[in-house]
Amino acid sequence: MSDGSPAFVRTALVPSRPPPVVTTGLAGFLRTRLFNSPFNIALTILCFVLLGLVITPTVKFMLIDAVWHGSDRTACLESRVGHPVGACWPFIRAKFAQLIYGFYPEDQRWRANLTFALAALLLAPLLVPRIPGKAINAALFFVAFPFVAFFLLHGGGLNGFLFYWLANAAGQAWEPSVVRFWIDFGLTAAVVIAGVAWIFARREGLRPVLLAVVAFVATAAVILSMHLDREGLQPVDTRQWGGLLVTLVVSVTGIVASMPIGIALALGRTSKIPVLKITSVAFIEFWRGVPLITVLFFATYMLPLFLPGDFTIDALVRVLVGTALFAGAYNAEVIRGGLLAVPRGQTEAANALGLSYWKTTGLIMLPQALRHVIPGLVNSFIALFKDTTLVLIVAIFDLLGSLRAAFADPNWATPTTLFTGFAFTGLIYWVGCFGMSRYSLFVERRLNAHRQT
Amino acid sequence: MADDPIIRIQSLNKWFGQFHVLRDVNLNVGRRERIVVCGPSGSGKSTLIRCVNALEEFQEGEIVVDGIELGPRLKRVDDVRREVGMVFQSFNLFPHLTVLDNCTLAPIWVRNIPKKQAEETAMKFLERVHIPDKAGKYPGQISGGQQQRVAIARALAMNPKVMLFDEPTSALDPEMVKEVLDTIVDLADDGMTMIVVTHEMGFAREVANRVVFMDAGQVIEINTPDEFFAHPQNERTRQFLSQILR
Repeated sequence: MSDGSPAFVRTALVPSRPPPVVTTGLAGFLRTRLFNSPFNIALTILCFVLLGLVITPTVKFMLIDAVWHGSDRTACLESRVGHPVGACWPFIRAKFAQLIYGFYPEDQRWRANLTFALAALLLAPLLVPRIPGKAINAALFFVAFPFVAFFLLHGGGLNGFLFYWLANAAGQAWEPSVVRFWIDFGLTAAVVIAGVAWIFARREGLRPVLLAVVAFVATAAVILSMHLDREGLQPVDTRQWGGLLVTLVVSVTGIVASMPIGIALALGRTSKIPVLKITSVAFIEFWRGVPLITVLFFATYMLPLFLPGDFTIDALVRVLVGTALFAGAYNAEVIRGGLLAVPRGQTEAANALGLSYWKTTGLIMLPQALRHVIPGLVNSFIALFKDTTLVLIVAIFDLLGSLRAAFADPNWATPTTLFTGFAFTGLIYWVGCFGMSRYSLFVERRLNAHRQT
Repeated sequence: MADDPIIRIQSLNKWFGQFHVLRDVNLNVGRRERIVVCGPSGSGKSTLIRCVNALEEFQEGEIVVDGIELGPRLKRVDDVRREVGMVFQSFNLFPHLTVLDNCTLAPIWVRNIPKKQAEETAMKFLERVHIPDKAGKYPGQISGGQQQRVAIARALAMNPKVMLFDEPTSALDPEMVKEVLDTIVDLADDGMTMIVVTHEMGFAREVANRVVFMDAGQVIEINTPDEFFAHPQNERTRQFLSQILR
């Protein structure tokens, strides 16, 4: 080129080399990110100073100046300890049970523990993609577990199985007894298994029938072990529930139930059928336009006035329904955003292959839409998890409510009790939210594997 | 050839709002016939073939595909779509599914074919478009030409009687046009009935039994490729050809 000729022909290809050392590793990071210009150097120093200002007193309060042992307020008084007192951890220790279970009867708390353990046992393998059997696992967690958890936590028995309740709805119920219960159960099992056999056996063989039989045997085992055919476990009224137990019940139910509601509303709103569309829009706009506090208040204090005299719904259930619908409306808009982000060509391609609306939606649209909106969905899950504290105003004592109740104990009135309590509960909320956030990042990366080239 | 047409389009009229996009279109396509549709953009070529598998509705006229009547009400959409495969300009592969899953989805869910059998068939078609080695990849991980060939295999996996191609090479890099066109030529040699909307005149000359020229929503001229390119009859056709053949 430099010899004046316009032609250039490469004879040897340039091999790839590693990048210069100063641009990689720790040195490269410091140079390019933290100290690459006077302004950034100043910012870096400022940030370190700010971090120091925040972290030092926090560590001092939580760990160094903290009191770890003691049996009442005097242990956490400066006059007794001899230096300024940080966190008063004995307070948490003393009130721990109340923060976790609320006023759940002490001798029945094993039931709450068992529920926690069952949930963890079923949820953990569901969250790890490598573990097989997702279908059964999901069925156990989303279908079987809620029933088991209800009878574990709430107690009480079943008067009858399917037919008793059908008869009950028709006003023709019979006097319940153990024998009648099992007759009812057997009849239900026979009908359902026969139905499954009739529908599936021709195409899928014996497997669905076998599954149904196993499901009924398992149900029978659960019923026997919890004595649901008799009185069941000692009933514990939901008014006695409290603490972390209620926080988890409300938020997990809200999160799980809000998803199908959200998907249904989002599909309704993007539907071409006017009635569906208008209903969905009205529903979403109503629930989004009303503060959650109003919803809870209405559900708790106003709804009973409208319902016929002897017809009552448990206060906690009303709150659960309210939060689920509320969160569902929010999720609906997030999911609709995802649906709109799927290119039109996807529907056309699916249609051209002969897929029906529901198959297109279930196999093409939703899988892509939901992947797009994982960050938004987790955002609303986290918001919901923290919003559950609002149940406090309808006299349900969740984690924060139990904490407030614990503050009222004069035995533990010290200058730092308040800070200690909020630091502890804050930490619980943070761990929950941060966990969800990290897990969602993991899911995002896994599900979006197809976007990496 | 048009004695027993597999596709019969009769006085088809379609409006987008006030805009009369297809005007009195008549076209018969015989079995094993290969039709190339060309014309300037906005002439209604794509709209025409999208009407054939009911991706677009139309207001007047009638389309009959292999004896299945598709009137303005589009009542038998699903039946028609099962017989007609479609390949799009922008591929429209399902990005969240692997190449193999793209090809087995419709056979499994529409034709209720067992998964294993569907996968065997799909692999057969992937071999036919020369990319069986990409079966486990996601569409985003392969080139445009390969994606379009997967799209062809996906359509073929449904065993369609007719294939529609809507500008299959327009979104491709020049280097990849040939591999896709070769695939379509292979298909033509095997006797597949097809309607191809394309600007590739060399392809039209080589493959088409008849070339249809459209402008302003109307069929201007239909002729064999030799006659069409050598002796265009209509003034508008001549003008069009002089623009694109230099």
